[in-house]
Amino acid sequence: MENVISLILEALQSDFILRAILVGSLIAISCSFLGIFLVLKKYSMIGDGLAHVSFATIAIALLLNKSPLVVSIPLVILSSFLILKLNEKAGLHGDAAIALISSFAVAVGVLITSVAKGFNIDLFSYLFGSILVISKLDVLLSIILSTVVIFITLFFYNNLFAITYDEEFATVIGLNPKSMNYLITILTSITVVLGIRVVGTMLISSMIIFPTVTALQISKGFKDTILIASLISVASVIIGTLLSYILNFPTGAVIVIINAICFVILFSINKFN
Amino acid sequence: MNNIITVDNLNFKYGRNEVLKNISFEVEEGDYVGIVGPNGSGKTTLIKILLGLINSYEGQIHQNIADRNSIGYVPQKGVTNDRLFPATVKEIVITGLLSKKRGTKFYSKEDYNRVDTILNKLKIGDLKDKKIGNLSGGQQQRVLLARAMVSSPSILILDEPTSALDPEIREEFYKLLKELNKENVTIILVSHDILSIEKYISKILYLDKKLVFYGSYEDFRHSKEMVKYFGFIIKD
Repeated sequence: MENVISLILEALQSDFILRAILVGSLIAISCSFLGIFLVLKKYSMIGDGLAHVSFATIAIALLLNKSPLVVSIPLVILSSFLILKLNEKAGLHGDAAIALISSFAVAVGVLITSVAKGFNIDLFSYLFGSILVISKLDVLLSIILSTVVIFITLFFYNNLFAITYDEEFATVIGLNPKSMNYLITILTSITVVLGIRVVGTMLISSMIIFPTVTALQISKGFKDTILIASLISVASVIIGTLLSYILNFPTGAVIVIINAICFVILFSINKFN
Repeated sequence: MNNIITVDNLNFKYGRNEVLKNISFEVEEGDYVGIVGPNGSGKTTLIKILLGLINSYEGQIHQNIADRNSIGYVPQKGVTNDRLFPATVKEIVITGLLSKKRGTKFYSKEDYNRVDTILNKLKIGDLKDKKIGNLSGGQQQRVLLARAMVSSPSILILDEPTSALDPEIREEFYKLLKELNKENVTIILVSHDILSIEKYISKILYLDKKLVFYGSYEDFRHSKEMVKYFGFIIKD
């Protein structure tokens, strides 16, 4: 036990662990703020699709020797617009459009990595996350963008709630569901790109979905859900990061597994009540 | 009485399918209009046009109202049957005030007081902190009525609001609407069941893609349209 405590104290003195906890917690809160709208509007898979797109955009950034965050954010936002446009104009169902764009993006990413050999190790760290490579620029960008995501979600909270509950009624009272859907996908795109440093492109969507679905098991109101999801998510990031340091496991995977355990516990409590 | 809605020669098609043909009528302030007709007669399309949800129609619609806040809308049934949907009655009802907000859309203490007032008026004040998914069908419809009424609209449009309710609860709901109508709220109610609304409405609009009849229920009972559509006349 003493050994574990000393390892935790040692971890908390490491800059890269503190950076990971800070960035991870901000992303966890952003994910929880957005997760409720995505889950309840049945757009959960958009996070997964955009994460797949970010695999290709990171490959492009590494090929061009540019910052993956800076290259990925606009390209992932563009892809999210393409998904929404395919839904609206081509009459494709939501998940079909996501599947088209995300599988195409993965194919592009694979092609780029096979043509331009030499950055596969870098790419691997983005696929599954690597807290060792979170730079000061990443931290700064994450703080700024996460704050922007949280602030915008809070600012439009009442509109987003009305549209999530009843899009038709929201239109009758003069709200614009289409513009709110675009807003949510832009914010999700930013959050997905920020999260790939901590948990990786393969696991970031779980940070959007798990805490919200877990909170839904016990929450009564909308605000409660966001609050509970944020607490679960931040706790998972902190515990997951420290555990991964102690056990020498991949951080992203540990965070997701802790989220999954929380879900199983609260789901069981809800079922047996 | 002033005309609050004037519909003049309204036509609407879904592709090549004519849904509404040459519809013209006027609704006066304080009217209680029942829109009835068979399935596929265009009832829901007509109210969606009145609500501004469909704009690709031909003809003229004039609404003599101040702004969007003047129309309240109650849909057919609760939006979600998901028991886990995390919204309380209070959270849902207050969204009816969003149309009154300009710029930043934050609620004030007065807004919450207004929600309390309308919930108490509709006798569901004790449900305000309950989760919507845990309420009965009748309670959920009252919540949606409260959401529509919270902005004090002058017109209330309802699309078969009682179709999923038991007869007793349906009757209670209609009585509630009649009370609102007595307070000078103009009501437009879509229903598939003439007999359940006849004692409450002041006018009936019988639709079958075209306007078959528009006038008082008394006139409708003795009209040739009634005989044509139902094969009989309702006795006193």
